[in-house]
Parts: sequence; C-alpha cells; structure tokens
Amino acid sequence: MIEVLDTDTCTDCNLCVQVCPTNVFQVQPEGPPLIQRQDACQTCFTCELYCPVDALYVEPDAEAVHGLTVEGVRESQLFGSYRKAIGWHKDTRHRRLIDDHFRLPQ
Amino acid sequence: MSVPLQGSDAASAAAREIACDVLVIGGGPAGCWAALEAASTGAKVVLVDKGYCGSSGATASAGTQIWYVPPDPAEREAAMASREAMGGYLSERSWMVPVLDKTFESVNRLAEWGYPFPRNDNDEQQRISVQGPEYMRLLRRRVKNAGITILDHHPATQLLSLEGRVVGASGLRRQAGGHWLVKAGAVVLAAGGCAFMSKALGCDVLTGDGYLMGAEVGAELSGMEFSSAYAISPAFASITKTALYRFAQFYRKDHSLIEGAGSARGRSIIARTLLSEPVFARLDLAGTDEVKAILRRAQPNFFVPFDRRGINPFTEFFEVKLRLEGTVRGTGGLRLTGLDCSTTVPGLYAAGDSATREPICGGFTGGGSHNAAWAIATGAFAGAAAAAYSLQRVSATDFGPACIALSDTKGIDPAEIIKAVQDEVFPLDINYFRTHSVLLASLKRLDALWENVGRATALNGDHSLKLRQAQAMLATARFMYRAALSRTETRGMHRREDYPRQDPTQHHRLILSGLDHIAVRQEAVDPGVYKEAAE
Repeated sequence: MIEVLDTDTCTDCNLCVQVCPTNVFQVQPEGPPLIQRQDACQTCFTCELYCPVDALYVEPDAEAVHGLTVEGVRESQLFGSYRKAIGWHKDTRHRRLIDDHFRLPQ
Repeated sequence: MSVPLQGSDAASAAAREIACDVLVIGGGPAGCWAALEAASTGAKVVLVDKGYCGSSGATASAGTQIWYVPPDPAEREAAMASREAMGGYLSERSWMVPVLDKTFESVNRLAEWGYPFPRNDNDEQQRISVQGPEYMRLLRRRVKNAGITILDHHPATQLLSLEGRVVGASGLRRQAGGHWLVKAGAVVLAAGGCAFMSKALGCDVLTGDGYLMGAEVGAELSGMEFSSAYAISPAFASITKTALYRFAQFYRKDHSLIEGAGSARGRSIIARTLLSEPVFARLDLAGTDEVKAILRRAQPNFFVPFDRRGINPFTEFFEVKLRLEGTVRGTGGLRLTGLDCSTTVPGLYAAGDSATREPICGGFTGGGSHNAAWAIATGAFAGAAAAAYSLQRVSATDFGPACIALSDTKGIDPAEIIKAVQDEVFPLDINYFRTHSVLLASLKRLDALWENVGRATALNGDHSLKLRQAQAMLATARFMYRAALSRTETRGMHRREDYPRQDPTQHHRLILSGLDHIAVRQEAVDPGVYKEAAE
C-alpha cells in the first residue's frame, strides 16, 4: 500500500490525486495532498510512476500497513526506484526500449 | 433497472449533462481503442472512467503480451490452432481471423505513433509485448488529441434506456461531487471484467460493473463458468505476473520439491497443495545470468516487491498464493451477437473483458496475450459500429430532461457484502475445484444476499459507489456459479471434480439472462451464427 508521502519534496502538484485509479489521495486547500483512503490502495505503483519529484513510496504488501517512514525509505534509496526501472526518469530513458519479452527462452 | 427519464421527487439529484454520439464506459485499452475508432468516423465521443484513463485497469499497471501475428498463412494457422484444444473448442475461426487482422493493424499503428518497441539484433522492432504504463500513457494521449472528452473519476452506475434502446448512462462524479448524465446515440461498455478486489495487480477497479449494468437492461452473458482464473503471486505482494513462474519450481515449507507443480499445466497441483499447506517458490530454472537479466528487463514490475524486501527470487524461497483473477483472465462476459460487438440490446456494444472472449479463446486464456488482442480488436469493432448506429439516427439523444431518482436504503454496509462475496469466490475448494453440492450451497447464499441487497440504493456519493461495486461483484458471482452448475463436465478452465472429463454432448456455450432470476440456455458453437462486421 501507499505508505509514504515526502512532504519536504512534494510540490503540491496533485498529479497523484488525478492518476490514482482508486482515489486514495485527497486534495487539501493548501499544501500536499493527504493519503486519505489508504485502505483503497490496490498497490499498483502508478502514483510513484507519475510523481515528478519521487515523493511517494508504495510498500509491496497490499493487505497490511508496515509503518514505514520518509527517513527509512530515503536511506534505502527506494524513492523513485520503479520509475527509474521503467525508464520514466530522465536519466534512465534508454530503459523504455529494453522490453526483452521476445528474448525469453521458449 | 433503468433510470426513469422524467418525473422528479425530493430524492432526485440534478446532474451535469452532456449529449454525444457515442459514450464509452471504461478507459482501459478496449475503451481507448473504441473511442479512437468512433471519433475517426466524425462521431462526438465521451469516455468516462471510474478512475483515470491511463492508469485504470489490469493492463495499465501490469503490462501484457499481445497476440500479434504477421499475416503469414502458416503462422496464422499455427496461432489459431494452438489454443483451440485448451479452450475446449469453443472458439471460432470466423472471429479469430478478423481479431488477428485488426490487432496486427492496430499494433502497427502504435509503432507509428511512437511506442518504444524494442529491437532485436537485426534492428527489427519486436511488437509482441507492451509495458502497461507506457502503452496506456500513449493511448490516453491519442484519445485526448482526437478531441474525445475524457471524464476521469466518473464511475458509471446505470445505463439509461428508452423504448428498449440504450441511450446513455449516468453515474457519480467521485472527486467533483454530484452526478453526471450522458445522453448518447450508442454506448460501448468497456468496463473490464471482475477480479473481486483480490488485489490482483491493477484489478481492484474491475468489479464487474459492466456485467451488472448490461444485465439490468436485458443484455445476455456467455461463458461465465470460465471464471476460475487464479494468478500466482508472492504472498506478501500484489504482483500477479504469472509468466515468469515458468522459470520457478515450487516447494513445501521444508523445501522439499512439489513434483509436477508449475505455472501452466501444474497450477492445479499448486492449488491442491495450498488446500492443506503453504507453498513456496524459487526461480531456480532461470539458469544463467543472461536469462536472469532478460527476465528483469522483460518484466521490471515483477521484481519490484522482491527488490523492496531485499529478497533474491532466483536463490531464495518465497511464499506464494493464488489470487483470484475471476473473469479478468477468465473468458466470460456479455454475449456478442456479431462481429460488430453488439449485445442483445439495441444501442449497447461491449468490448474487451466486458465481453465474452470465448470467440477467440473458448474456455481458457492462459495469459494476457489473447485478452490484449481482444481488447484492441473488439474496441475498434465496437467503436466503429456504435458510431455508425448513432450517426444513422436522427436526434438520437433527443429525449426530455433527465433526472436521477434515488431512494436511500439504510443500514447496508458495502464492505460486508464484498466480504461475503469474497468468501464464496476466493476459496479454491469452492471456485477452483468445483462440485455440484458446494456450488449449489454457495449460490443459495449468494442468491439470498442478492434478495436483501441487490436493489438497494444509496444517496451519499462514496457510499453509493461502494454499494454499486458490491452489487456488481455479487451479481457476477451469481452468474459464475449459475453457469458453473449448468456445465456438468470439465472444459477449458472450468474444472468439475464430480465430472472430470470433457463431455462431447456439452460442446455449446451457456447463455445467461436476468438478474433476480438467472435463466440459462445453450447456444451451439456455429461459425454461421455471426453476421458480418458493420464496417
């Protein structure tokens, strides 16, 4: 589930509010959005992919909250890791072309 | 249930209204292709999505292979023949040919639009697979640039019908508040299948809404017995990517090998073992570092949970479970009456997982490849036909001011309904290993629940959406088990423990209709019953 929103780096763009397919985030009159409906999170990692400043972190467990902190995720260097892996980070654009399905041994 | 189009009372809510030629419900691949095709004929198109067109649905977060086969006669023949036996011979070449043609054409268009297909060593693009986020981001952009109105976070809750025709739909504005109402000359249902909120990757928005809305206006369903698809996933994560498990072996807790267990034909052994003990996996058949690297590059999302937990899936054992994917990877859905993807209700078309995929898969899909092709092709067929139907009508949307009449049913908790439905469809010993007595007992409980809550409505927006989703899942479960009871044989993915063989006398489709009472009839699988495409 979505567990961490780094309010220090968030730019209040609210793109996560828009792209989350299960409407987990809630726009606030001022400041970053809230993770308002955490239990509705389907753990699809979409919000991470669209966050332009890598301020979001989704724990893989779809059924339980693990109590992660901004500091912990930052130390493990996990912010933005999935966005980088699929080539949506400007430094990893070449990875958009690496789909190796056709090379899988049959 | 159709919404009354006139009259108002205290419980009526004013709605934001739009008129258009074609309304597309659902913004996954099928909905996007439908919208694009309809708009290309000059039709005014509105696309609504429960979530966000671009991230909603099974494809967006998961990605998929595509049944993309060049028009070489031998390759096409092999592609068509390869799944016929697995599907129980319920597929039809008269559908496979046009679906393969349209998929080939459409995927080539993706390449023209700049989809970053990888290249092989001869510098030739390989177009057999797409990464979900990339594919859906591109489709959204195309839809937007085609002048199509996209309404995100606008779940549809009801179809509007007038004199036996579908003339639009209404729903909720989940973020903006209030309701919406779209009057349309024709409607394409591309709302996906139903995975019962099992947390299969990207599937929680797929709650069978299209089946319920379709059945309410009288549409028939087909193949709902082919709904026992379960995906392998790590027990601790939502990643239901099954393809790479063919590089895995499966183990008991003491690390002894479970003989015969596998992701394809050995999945029933995994299921059988899970009835009594946990199962662990390890990708130890990915022998070389080169193969491991290929796996990582092919499916980056598969590795996300492992990397985040510091687990090496090639060398370490991890617990797995089977997550229900229901009709998302099953093949049941609304029955189509022809290659134009019309349903049995005038003005209503179905595409993607909202429609039965039996015409190309029979009773078994096996993977995303056929479903992806089906979404592309039926999206295009339905979009074209819906536009043609709408544009040939004079003032198709000319009916009086509409309002949504609602009554409030107190004291119903959607979460309780969902839990009750999940308790009937998740257990492997009800849904995977099926028997008459267990299915019947389950269906009786589901029917009783439907009697209590099937027609309930709610006024509060959020509550109302949850209730609607719960009702759609409940209806879907009842369709599944009604059909499963009627097929007294094992065929495709439908496995009857009490009838373990395929029965030649049951080589037919099972067609369902109705909601309070679900009627079942048989339909012969005959290529001659389908009419030519409208285009």
